[in-house]
Amino acid sequence: MSTPDPSHVPDHDSVYDGLLGGDDSHWAFGTDFEDPLAGVDTTVPDGVDHRDLATYCLMLGDDALVLSQRLSQWCSNAPDLEEDIALANIALDLLGQARLLLARAAAADPTVVPALPEGSPAPPEDALAFFRDDRDFRNVRLVESDNGDFAVTMARLLLFSTWRLALFQRLTDSRDHVLSAVAAKGVKEMTYHRDYAARWFLTLARGTEESRRRLVSGLSATWPLRAELFSAHDVEVRVARAGVGVDPSTVADEVDVLLEQVFASSGIDRPEVAPLAGVQRRTGRDGLHTEAFSLLLAELQVVARAHPMGTW
Amino acid sequence: MDEHSLLASFESTIGRHERIEPRDWMPEGYRKTVVRQVAQHAHSEIIGMQPEGQWIGRAPSLRRKAILLAKVQDEAGHGLYLYSACETLGVSRAELTEMLIEGRQKYSSIFNYPALSYADVGTIGWLVDGAAICNQVPLCRTSYGPYGRSMIRICKEESFHQRQGFELLATMMRGTDEQRAMVQESVDRFWWPALMMFGPPDDDSPNTAQSMAWGIKRNTNDDLRQRMVDMTVPQAAVLGVTLPDPDLKWNEERQSYDFGAPDWDEFKAVISGNGPCNTQRIAHRRRAHEDGAWVREAALAFARRSNEESHE
Repeated sequence: MSTPDPSHVPDHDSVYDGLLGGDDSHWAFGTDFEDPLAGVDTTVPDGVDHRDLATYCLMLGDDALVLSQRLSQWCSNAPDLEEDIALANIALDLLGQARLLLARAAAADPTVVPALPEGSPAPPEDALAFFRDDRDFRNVRLVESDNGDFAVTMARLLLFSTWRLALFQRLTDSRDHVLSAVAAKGVKEMTYHRDYAARWFLTLARGTEESRRRLVSGLSATWPLRAELFSAHDVEVRVARAGVGVDPSTVADEVDVLLEQVFASSGIDRPEVAPLAGVQRRTGRDGLHTEAFSLLLAELQVVARAHPMGTW
Repeated sequence: MDEHSLLASFESTIGRHERIEPRDWMPEGYRKTVVRQVAQHAHSEIIGMQPEGQWIGRAPSLRRKAILLAKVQDEAGHGLYLYSACETLGVSRAELTEMLIEGRQKYSSIFNYPALSYADVGTIGWLVDGAAICNQVPLCRTSYGPYGRSMIRICKEESFHQRQGFELLATMMRGTDEQRAMVQESVDRFWWPALMMFGPPDDDSPNTAQSMAWGIKRNTNDDLRQRMVDMTVPQAAVLGVTLPDPDLKWNEERQSYDFGAPDWDEFKAVISGNGPCNTQRIAHRRRAHEDGAWVREAALAFARRSNEESHE
């Protein structure tokens, strides 16, 4: 096959103009991997234990990464196109938060990043997401379970976003500049997530008999994982004391008031279900997860792990 | 005005290359043809979410996951505009969805091919979205106003997707030998189906002449196929992949590439329902639609109730 001088190829008012070059601003997510923290001062504030800060960032980052993975499973499966788009939006926001938090963890303490073969081009955020085993993930168990039906998904999203928004509102005062910036961005996003979940909660509660039945059952299936959100891990207590993190037990009352408002306007009773026990008292924050989680990780990690030297 | 002068006025609008708008008089055949074409395009966007959507959970880097999730979300958005364009002709989204899942309306045959590796995400962007753009750019000037205006927006986003697909393949080609082999294997599988996207050869395309006379369609299938080949060959050279066609060569006289014929028997099998994924794609769409019925009913019941209460 002979190749002509490209200038002789007929011009068909080509939509490909710029495909082989062109203006970088036309690309969503850039033309290459860029360090999400490029240009940001990642110095760890005085008096803060590097390992604790990194672990705390993994906790918040893993919560977002795992729920994003779950929510994106709704893609092409949602009840209507509008919901497909909205759930993808929320998943994208959480994925963006996860990327920043994992990068922050790696910058605060590089020893949390799993070792890859010499010369692997995987950036730290990807090494953390794709090459850690389940025991090294620090997310709460609430985000792991299967999506269930739309009612289960909305009940979980309501609990999650109400809790995380309250945490992030306080985290904007973190002495760590990266965390306070991530929190400020997240607050705007999660205000929408909470509003979206609360509106659907009300709609399903006051829609049909079936939607109400499904919502009540979805809420009581989710509720046992709620207590874990407010139980402070030692790392969370220490980073809170150091002025960089938030002790989740301190937002419990505020979250409760907000949930009570949603329940009251929906005419739904607060579930009377006991919290899910841990395993020898260990739960998600300790790296002790549910059976569903290793299946989720298998899907998340399969391609990346098959190509540890791969460039994506 | 009698039908005769209405038709004359319609034809003169078409003759001046002006738009037909929803409230304008139009021949029944025109209305039906536009509904058929726009619905088929909308369905293609929605069914097209599936082959790529199933790779979101396995994307090998967080940046690629964000790109893919945003892309599949855009496809849902395109489906939404196009269903709205169709609704201006008096057919509801629900009716169109029913016609899709009952097999009474079609979608692009390309989505009946499986996506089997992560390289397929790139190849679908490069070749499939590339072919779609070749088809769609001329449609920005199509005679039916709402369709033409949706196409302007859709084409901008599609060319974005195409560049991202190309960029994924270019990145993988800079990676490991396994990654390069994965890209080549994917291009080998998708090249011919991508060329089939322009439809049967002109001498076997029953609807083309009328659609062109009405200004709904602007170019013949074979014209567009030639454009696609001419634009793609230099890009394949830049990527460093081979296109699987021994007859592909530059024709100095025509200033265009000569190329072989796709397997039209396979094309016929795929469009008549026996492609590798026809049954699976429709079953998926049907399940999502049926599983979501109770949510849509709840939203309607809630809206009705809120309306009644606000009128009390």
